Amino acid sequence: MNTTDTIIEDDQWDQIIEPRGKLLDLNLKEVWRYRDLLWLFVKRDFTAQYKQTILGPLWHFIQPIFTTVMFLLVFGKIANIPTDGIEAIPFYMSGIAIWNYFSSCLTATSNTFVANAGIFGKVYFPRLVIPLSTVMSNIVKFGIQFLLLLAVMAWYGYQTGHFHFASTWLLLPLLVLMMAGLGLGLGIIISSLTTKYRDFNVLISFAVQLLMYASPVVYPLSFLKGKSYAAWIAWNPLTPIVEAFRFALFGRGTVDTAGLLFSGGFIVIVLFLGMLIFSKVERTFMDTV
Amino acid sequence: MSDIVIKVENISKQYRLGTVGTGSLAHDLNRTWYRMRGKEDPYLKIGEANDRTVKGSSEYVWALKDINFEVKQGEVLGIIGRNGAGKSTLLKILSRTTTPTTGKIKIKGRVASLLEVGTGFHPELSGRENIFLNGAILGMTRHEIKSKFDEIVDFAGVERYIDTPVKRYSSGMYVRLAFGVAAHLEPEILIVDEVLAVGDIEFQKKALGKMKDVSTKEGRTVLFVSHNLSSLKSLCTKGLLLINGEVVSEGSINSTINEYEKRISKRLDSQWVNKFDRDNAIYLDSVYILDSDQFQRTNFLTSEDVFIKFKIEVKQPHKYVKVGFDLIRNNEIAFRSQQVDAGNISSFDVGKFSLTCVVPGNLLNEGTYSVKPQFSIHCVKNLVTTDEYVAEFNVKMDTTLTEFHAVLHENNHPGNLFPVLKWEVIEI
Repeated sequence: MNTTDTIIEDDQWDQIIEPRGKLLDLNLKEVWRYRDLLWLFVKRDFTAQYKQTILGPLWHFIQPIFTTVMFLLVFGKIANIPTDGIEAIPFYMSGIAIWNYFSSCLTATSNTFVANAGIFGKVYFPRLVIPLSTVMSNIVKFGIQFLLLLAVMAWYGYQTGHFHFASTWLLLPLLVLMMAGLGLGLGIIISSLTTKYRDFNVLISFAVQLLMYASPVVYPLSFLKGKSYAAWIAWNPLTPIVEAFRFALFGRGTVDTAGLLFSGGFIVIVLFLGMLIFSKVERTFMDTV
Repeated sequence: MSDIVIKVENISKQYRLGTVGTGSLAHDLNRTWYRMRGKEDPYLKIGEANDRTVKGSSEYVWALKDINFEVKQGEVLGIIGRNGAGKSTLLKILSRTTTPTTGKIKIKGRVASLLEVGTGFHPELSGRENIFLNGAILGMTRHEIKSKFDEIVDFAGVERYIDTPVKRYSSGMYVRLAFGVAAHLEPEILIVDEVLAVGDIEFQKKALGKMKDVSTKEGRTVLFVSHNLSSLKSLCTKGLLLINGEVVSEGSINSTINEYEKRISKRLDSQWVNKFDRDNAIYLDSVYILDSDQFQRTNFLTSEDVFIKFKIEVKQPHKYVKVGFDLIRNNEIAFRSQQVDAGNISSFDVGKFSLTCVVPGNLLNEGTYSVKPQFSIHCVKNLVTTDEYVAEFNVKMDTTLTEFHAVLHENNHPGNLFPVLKWEVIEI
């Protein structure tokens, strides 16, 4: 940073504003400079949501509990879909926790430009801060649901002796990170595509719902063995992550390294592509949003 | 070595009018097709100057066209122009909320822009939380905000409410807090858009004072947009006049403001010809504003006489005819005057007549006056159907009258009239 009293060479400008930036202008350094803002947005998202509620963050328990009960009834009792030898309640809860994290990351970040046009139009800061903060504040909500899951597992463990801490648990942070990356990457691509033409916005919430049924959330992958459409489900990059999440927690599931590597590669490409499109769109989206 | 901190080179900005839909999709596809073949954007060649009052033929307008200027370290540049002249677009490009269509801007130092106060304020968060959030949005680190926190709270005068959600604040407190955060930014270059036009008079003075400190005492470079010419005059060192997206004049703030006023006053009409009522047996033909040499004019000094001349045509003799006008300033009638007030003739035979009223010097205050004709047969019939103000003229303070007049203008000398009356001063 130049101070005002240093002599600056004629060509040494701090900033050059041009119609089109460099192709690979990801500006991650600037995002790092605004890390305080990132943190404050996370805090804002979280505190603002529970102002004037009595139960506060406890509301995060309500939604997964009811969804679990629903799944238990519909998929467990009525459809009789097996749960890979895992107790039904922790099975559904784990699926819901990791799935909710993905879907909330995706739906919230896919709205970045349109929802924040007010701020974006008035002041400059690296736009990527907003979707990043969304992903981070959702991790808090995921954490709360995960704690609930742990409590349920502890109770089952005490009753049946099934669950205990295993070294596979060390995989969990990586899997959560993968989900975050996928949600963020897809989200910013969609938000970039929807600044001018909003058609995708109509699609997104409904597509996320459908995508859940294409991922092993309410059924285990092993249930599909030998079925003709199993290969299609396996190509879904979410499938290995959800299965691995259960495997890491319960020690049961269909996980192979190739699948995880495929998901990882997919995420890296989506994230890179997303940031590329995002950084291109953020420069002029105010004119078209 | 050079002390230029902002260098704007050939900046243009094109906007497309109308709505986004399939039509714009066709243009987008066409644009992509041209770009893929390595050709220039075909829509850049078209586009019109951005005069919003006339109907254009092109969907594309240039909000800014080939803007060039430089700002030196420590200068306070006032950007002047009518609504829609491109001022805000220019500030938006400088503050990086949008990019130019063509051209380049080079900047030295950290820029903070204040296009609005309280950007990102969240109604549910407390004053304290919002100070940190807003400060960070404007580019301050948490450390910087912490060190300024007490000053900000003090400046805004909201100490008691600091842990209350800002949605419970009065609008004045809200604005003071928001401006307080902004005023304590410490960038090398500050971009300000009309944010001082909020709050009460006392706060505006405080804000203006703070702005002045920022520029003069702390030596920062400031770009300032305002419609308030007197605050521009007191703050800025240089001026830039934009008209329809082009730089028309650049130089000292006083010369730029003069140029602006000259351009604006051109729009005032010293002459009006009545297009209605011409079939009547008696009608008002036209109204003129003249100076003492009988030339049409729209700019006068307070010390000068203003002549308002009416021409009427009479086809049938009429009695009790009243010709006159309301003189209007700031939407208030300053006074009404009619030829019968002074006992002049009110019966007219067939023919054309001219009636001239002399508004003497040292009666009007500084400002813009409009003439609304009054023309009637006494207690019988109104003869003008128009409700418009037909002619307008500007009056400027004659600052040479006394040494006290030198600092007077319409903002610090209230009243629709400023008659120089007789005063007796005696020792008792």
